[in-house]
Amino acid sequence: MKKIINEANHVVDHMIEGMLATSPHLYKRLEDKHVITRKNAPTDGKVAIISGGGSGHEPAHTGYVGKGMLDAAVIGEVFTSPSAADIYETIKAVDSGSGVFLIIKNYAGDVMNFEMAREFAEMDGVQVEQIIVRDDVAVEDSTYTVGRRGIAGTVFVHKIIGALAETGASLAEIKEVAEQVVQNVRSIGVATSPCTIPAVGEPTFTLKEDELEIGIGIHGEPGIERRKMMSAAEIATYMLDKIFADIEIHSGDDVAVLINGLGATPEMELYIMQYEVEKILREKGINIYRAFVGEYMTALEMGGCSVTLLKLDEAWKELLDAPSDAKNFFVRS
Amino acid sequence: MEITKEHITCWIKKINEKIAENKCYLTKLDQPIGDGDHGVNMERGFQATVNMLETTSYDTVSSMLKACALSIMSKVGGAAGPLYGTAFLRMSLHVKGETIVTEKMFIEALNEAVVGMKKRGRTEVGEKTMIDVWAPVVEKLQEDGALHASTIIQTAKEARNKTEHIAASKGRASFFKEKSVGYIDPGAASSYIIFEALAETLEEGACQRG
Repeated sequence: MKKIINEANHVVDHMIEGMLATSPHLYKRLEDKHVITRKNAPTDGKVAIISGGGSGHEPAHTGYVGKGMLDAAVIGEVFTSPSAADIYETIKAVDSGSGVFLIIKNYAGDVMNFEMAREFAEMDGVQVEQIIVRDDVAVEDSTYTVGRRGIAGTVFVHKIIGALAETGASLAEIKEVAEQVVQNVRSIGVATSPCTIPAVGEPTFTLKEDELEIGIGIHGEPGIERRKMMSAAEIATYMLDKIFADIEIHSGDDVAVLINGLGATPEMELYIMQYEVEKILREKGINIYRAFVGEYMTALEMGGCSVTLLKLDEAWKELLDAPSDAKNFFVRS
Repeated sequence: MEITKEHITCWIKKINEKIAENKCYLTKLDQPIGDGDHGVNMERGFQATVNMLETTSYDTVSSMLKACALSIMSKVGGAAGPLYGTAFLRMSLHVKGETIVTEKMFIEALNEAVVGMKKRGRTEVGEKTMIDVWAPVVEKLQEDGALHASTIIQTAKEARNKTEHIAASKGRASFFKEKSVGYIDPGAASSYIIFEALAETLEEGACQRG
């Protein structure tokens, strides 16, 4: 293992301090906790949006904290759920009295800890609702999940729900839209090389030099199959076939596309994927309303990418385009 | 028989003592099929909970159980923290507002704990988890309609030992699938300790040991 770190068991703490130092105008840390909230949290009259999960997926989820998106991100150890206690403290810290909405990726640990925190907060009289994101079409049950995994499509949920909350929408309205968004977002990933958890020191899996794993999870969990390395055109076709087998998107529909690098893939390759995905969608008569290319939800230094399609409702376009101060999803007002 | 705050204090203290005595045993069970921290996590969590009980006073059994839930949830960590936290939280909710906790109500509260843990862990009986101890013990208590110490110990012990023959399908041990056969589940082992401590508490009455 060759990593620019100090002690392996302090990576999260040190990373958070670096993030705070980078964006002191945007962030504040909940004292002694692995939690970053908006500088001015709580925001009066607004439902607070919280997301989070294990670290190692940067810029998720701290990169999406800011006006227009999340109110707070709760950060676990590398690839490990944050504690229910930290989530509970976060709920209390960002609630303005209008309620709190939790965006949870579907992993057993995350769901358990977020729901536990929710119950405690509800006992204190805080109104809490939640959505569990499960956008990965690759596999049903997996190493860390019952049901599908939550991956990069979660970022679209952050954006749309974050923007909706800024309009003063109620907790019930937010819950309803979040459920619709989750029903319309699909993703799939591929890996070209593994990643190493600092505290473990060994790669989470191995891939031969000429191999590609399709349907990989964002913790290196096994996917659908291993194949000989393919061209970008072949990979894009395979991935979109899987997505289209799962959701009906018709000619004339609008979609948002997210080509997400997993940590060690050059932007050049991500743009090539975008080019290939665009060709396939154009052939089908599907309109790309917005496309995003870059690192949005990584798996440490894993090589590869994921493709996400969000079938857009007319009302969501405005929310997707609404201003956002979030460092990694900035939209100018 | 009624369950009082003193019973709860005694129960938690006994759990803590037994966890400390069995820390290495729990860790050894957790090493081949888990991440080897169950003993350490449980010791840290229950010691913190005992410290809290010794320095705080509570009006009701319910508020005491809720405080235990919060402490266990935050101090045990891992999956055991939220699961045992849920158990105590559900018990607290069931006895909320009651001045006297009857035997019957306490058994109902334990059943609520099982329902909550199953829901929290998305787990049923037979998946090599702590549920494999909690569910049969509580079922037996409901059958009996009474808290008999010897029955609790016997049922819990048999249930714990049975997990040795199960292949895990939930929790971290499930990564090892068939290879997990031949090991007692660490969560089942710590759950046995919790029931052994309960049985001794019931036998001795509300002890006031420091």
